[in-house]
Amino acid sequence: MVEFTLPKNSRVTEGKVWPSPQGVNNLREFKIYRWNPDDGKNPQVDTYSVNLDDYGPMVLDGLIWIKNNIDPTMTFRRSCREGICGSCAMNIDGQNTLACTKDMAEVKGAIRVYPLPHQPVAKDLVPDLTNFFAQHALIQPWLQTETPPPEKEWKQSREDREKLDGLYECILCACCSTSCPEYWWNPDRYLGPAALLHAYRWVIDSRDEATGERLDQLEDPFRLFRCVTILNCSKACPKSLNPAKAIAELKKLMVERQKI
Amino acid sequence: MKGESIRTPLAKARGLGAAKSGTDHWWEQRLTSIALVPLTFAAVVIVIAVVGRNHAAVAQILGSPLVAIIMLLFIFSTTFHMKLGAQSVIEDYIHSKPLKTAMLIGNSFLCIVLWLACTFAILKLSFGV
Repeated sequence: MVEFTLPKNSRVTEGKVWPSPQGVNNLREFKIYRWNPDDGKNPQVDTYSVNLDDYGPMVLDGLIWIKNNIDPTMTFRRSCREGICGSCAMNIDGQNTLACTKDMAEVKGAIRVYPLPHQPVAKDLVPDLTNFFAQHALIQPWLQTETPPPEKEWKQSREDREKLDGLYECILCACCSTSCPEYWWNPDRYLGPAALLHAYRWVIDSRDEATGERLDQLEDPFRLFRCVTILNCSKACPKSLNPAKAIAELKKLMVERQKI
Repeated sequence: MKGESIRTPLAKARGLGAAKSGTDHWWEQRLTSIALVPLTFAAVVIVIAVVGRNHAAVAQILGSPLVAIIMLLFIFSTTFHMKLGAQSVIEDYIHSKPLKTAMLIGNSFLCIVLWLACTFAILKLSFGV
């Protein structure tokens, strides 16, 4: 059966309440998922109080403040801190998003921070995205041609280039795929919205000559057709892209080439 | 990690490869959905029309050609749609292989039996054998 409850060793317990910084009035409470693969304990939720006067407005600023000032062992990924690298994707206040572009003011009450759902956890807020990236590799995200390469470059009309808008901007943060129940239940067989958005990006690239082979790779009841259009992906995307539409367009192409 | 396969992540993601089918299932589910919009409405009207009548009158109404054909189409679309939908639900939520296999087989059998039984009933009323 699908697991609707967490296995025993994954049940989240009450964690440590870290002491508040002294002499500060402007505090914000963070409740953060902690799990250490080395100590054999269940995951726990630690409570931190953060000095609002001393750091920037985004959730990531708060996490960095905690790491610098309270608890250096609290682990998370981050790099660009401006929503372009996709490293700091996590579940904040019940929504998958990027910590660096999530304004703390949008969250009411304590800021609850968990790793992306339904992925193996490496430590604390760091998920293991090996399978996610392997699925991206599966769709072969590069230009494929048989015509000998032109001397200078593959040409593309302005209109054809515009078809890639809303697709090429994906940063592979995995917020969409890990918000999708179909991806939770069948991550080994369903490719998930992120990989499918990239698949569509190459299927409709006017320069690509492997369109049919790409569609062949998706002709499968699980890889593409597990999607039941609940739109969690589009709702979660921190870049405001629409993976659900890309998936729908892929399904339409599948129908077009054999039914209509 | 303990017991983890040492296949590469790409090999695991590719699994058994694309099944080369899937569009049929999706397309048939849409077709039966579209068909069921008018057919369900008609079937409800027919059922309301026979409520409270005696056996002979019901048999006569359900056995009349137009009503019988509508009911046969309704029965076919419903049981076909049911088979496709329940199959997806089983594939999503039942992950134990023996149970999943048994339920997928059971689902096919149940839907075919339902289709045949209902179809037989309407035909029997129509031809009165």
